[in-house]
Amino acid sequence: MLYALEAKNICKTYGNYTALNDVNIQVPKGSIYGLLGPNGAGKTSLIRIINQITVPDSGVIMLNGESLAPHHISNIGYMPEERGLYKTMKVGEQCIYLAQLKGMKKEEAKERLTYWFDRLGMQGWWNKKLQELSKGMAQKVQFIVTVLHQPDLLIFDEPFSGFDPVNADLIKDEILRLRDQGATIIFSTHRMESVEELCDYITLVNKSNVVLEGKLNDVKQRFRNRTYAVSLICQDEQRVVNELKSSLEITTGEHTGLDNTSDFTIQLPENKSVAALLQQLTSLGELTHFSEIIPSVNEIFIKTVRSDG
Amino acid sequence: MDKLWLIIKREYINKVRNRTFVVMTFVSPLIFIGVILLIGWLTSMNTSDTRRVSILDQTGASYDLLFYNTADFDYNPLTDLTVDQAIQISQENEDYGLIVIERDPISGINVRLYSDDSPSTSFISAVQDKISKKATQENLAINGMDIETFKSLEINAAVTLQTYSGIESSKSSSWVKIGLGGASGYLLMMFIIIYGNMVMRSVIEEKTNRIIEIIVSSVKPIYLMLGKITGTSLAGVTQFVIWVILGFVLIVIGSMVFGIEAFQNPANQNLVAQSQDIGELQLILNDIVQLPLGTMIGCFFIYFIGGYFLYAAIYTAIGAAVDSETDTQQFMLPVILPLILSIYVGFFSVIDNPNGVVAVIFSYVPLTSPIVMLMRIPFGEITWWQISISIAILYTSIVFVAYIAAKIYRIGILMYGKKTNWKELYKWLKY
Repeated sequence: MLYALEAKNICKTYGNYTALNDVNIQVPKGSIYGLLGPNGAGKTSLIRIINQITVPDSGVIMLNGESLAPHHISNIGYMPEERGLYKTMKVGEQCIYLAQLKGMKKEEAKERLTYWFDRLGMQGWWNKKLQELSKGMAQKVQFIVTVLHQPDLLIFDEPFSGFDPVNADLIKDEILRLRDQGATIIFSTHRMESVEELCDYITLVNKSNVVLEGKLNDVKQRFRNRTYAVSLICQDEQRVVNELKSSLEITTGEHTGLDNTSDFTIQLPENKSVAALLQQLTSLGELTHFSEIIPSVNEIFIKTVRSDG
Repeated sequence: MDKLWLIIKREYINKVRNRTFVVMTFVSPLIFIGVILLIGWLTSMNTSDTRRVSILDQTGASYDLLFYNTADFDYNPLTDLTVDQAIQISQENEDYGLIVIERDPISGINVRLYSDDSPSTSFISAVQDKISKKATQENLAINGMDIETFKSLEINAAVTLQTYSGIESSKSSSWVKIGLGGASGYLLMMFIIIYGNMVMRSVIEEKTNRIIEIIVSSVKPIYLMLGKITGTSLAGVTQFVIWVILGFVLIVIGSMVFGIEAFQNPANQNLVAQSQDIGELQLILNDIVQLPLGTMIGCFFIYFIGGYFLYAAIYTAIGAAVDSETDTQQFMLPVILPLILSIYVGFFSVIDNPNGVVAVIFSYVPLTSPIVMLMRIPFGEITWWQISISIAILYTSIVFVAYIAAKIYRIGILMYGKKTNWKELYKWLKY
């Protein structure tokens, strides 16, 4: 597989504090890659190394198969979690300045900027000072600054914070569109529902180590644990519960079926097949709902971090 | 290098366009002139009221006639009173002072000045001179000497100054040197403090704005730091140039409009009187030409740039180490102290003995050398190797300090919400 970014055995310490301990990640080209982890896990340290803001103590970063070098700056767009722009500078000038720092020509930057301003409905902002804009408006400018130089690797740290739902959706669509155009996106967030929605791959960093990595689907496969949601119409609920309890674990379901159904969550033991369970259930009453409970990224996250201690 | 240029340009334009900068540039000369006018006005206010001094002459030799009324003092001779009565009357009249002149068997004459204020030394010595002169003449006459003969025999030895190579210089020669040296030293200090602070504030601004992370993901922090220092200093130079032009224009306009009045001002009259002697003025010009002007101008630029960069690097490091301007206090002492020290060394040791041990040592120490050396140079006699060593030390330490500052800067700009102290800074150096 072609990787847009590979981090190999990255270690970074600050004094006595280890920020990253032998971290490996592989970001496939054209994917949306979720970089997850609790606060202080080392995500920002890793992102800063990718951005060449700091250098790792050991290990290498490969960008499109080449080891990371200063000229790669123009290949990367980075939107930090703590947003920042010059407050007293005009929006247009500021965007062009930052694009020029990324190695873009002035004329080209101007052209691209006009395109983006039109696209995001920001006509007439050119000569406004940043301090005159609302937070959401400033976020849009920040987004444009990140993507203006058409990088093929985009790193977003909490991209949706500060946006209202309408604008968050707008930005989400733009991110997806950029991906479709061939960009690779690294996406660091705490908002698990957006991970679920957007990410193809995830990595979970905890306490300076990668504790989980892979395709989102594969990770979920790994976390399947034979849990099913069941709804049943039956005469005597207590009798049904007693009978099921003798052979498997059963709890009251978190899902809600119809008014007249009994809802359970069933944990199936290894020695019992789904077919056998279905057979048993249909014999007990009218089965109206049966589905596997697939763990959410949120659950996987919490479970993994907890078990990691 | 392109990026460095971009940063310098942005910093420069941003500073120059800033409203406070524009206001400062055009208003502060006006404030400066206003303050000078205010001082002048206050001084004239101070001297405008005439003070009354009573005189009780008990010698019978008309010593009281020595004192004429002037703009500042009204003299009021008292007669036929005892000392006690005179004191009482003078006090009741709220006089500035009372001079009592009596014969004294031992010293010949005895003068007492009663006053509740503290009379100025110039006033006291004027009184002394007048009375001494008359008393001396009286004495000469008593001893049978002719005063006219005595006066004609009196000799005033005038000292003319010359260098060993035979060039005549004016008596104010050392003042010219102090003036030029002091002015350049002081200018450098002000420049460092004003623009160093500006650099520091702009570092803090970027840090609190959090734009720093975006910038350092595009350029190396060292470029940002150098660009910032250079851009700000160029803005500073622009401001100075505008001030010089403004000052020149104002002086020209001022001398056209107020030309005559300016010379009627008593304070200016003194100046005119002092240099009335065209020969003296010629000598002063002569002095200036005789100064090592080439070295002075050359060194001015070398030390100005060097001194500014050295301190600006420290200022950036401080800016990077803190979260807000209020936290900078603890780090400011090592910046301000050497600056003040150099000015003091300059105005005391250098003027006293330009080649003394203290002056020489401080013109080698990098933090003080720019100012101290600039003040030493007009006095001449500095060997080329002294200047070379001093410049070499200065520029070597700039590289060293900039290296350390860059290290602190690189770490500091990405550290938020942490109270930084000296120990912490030392730790950063080892990252």
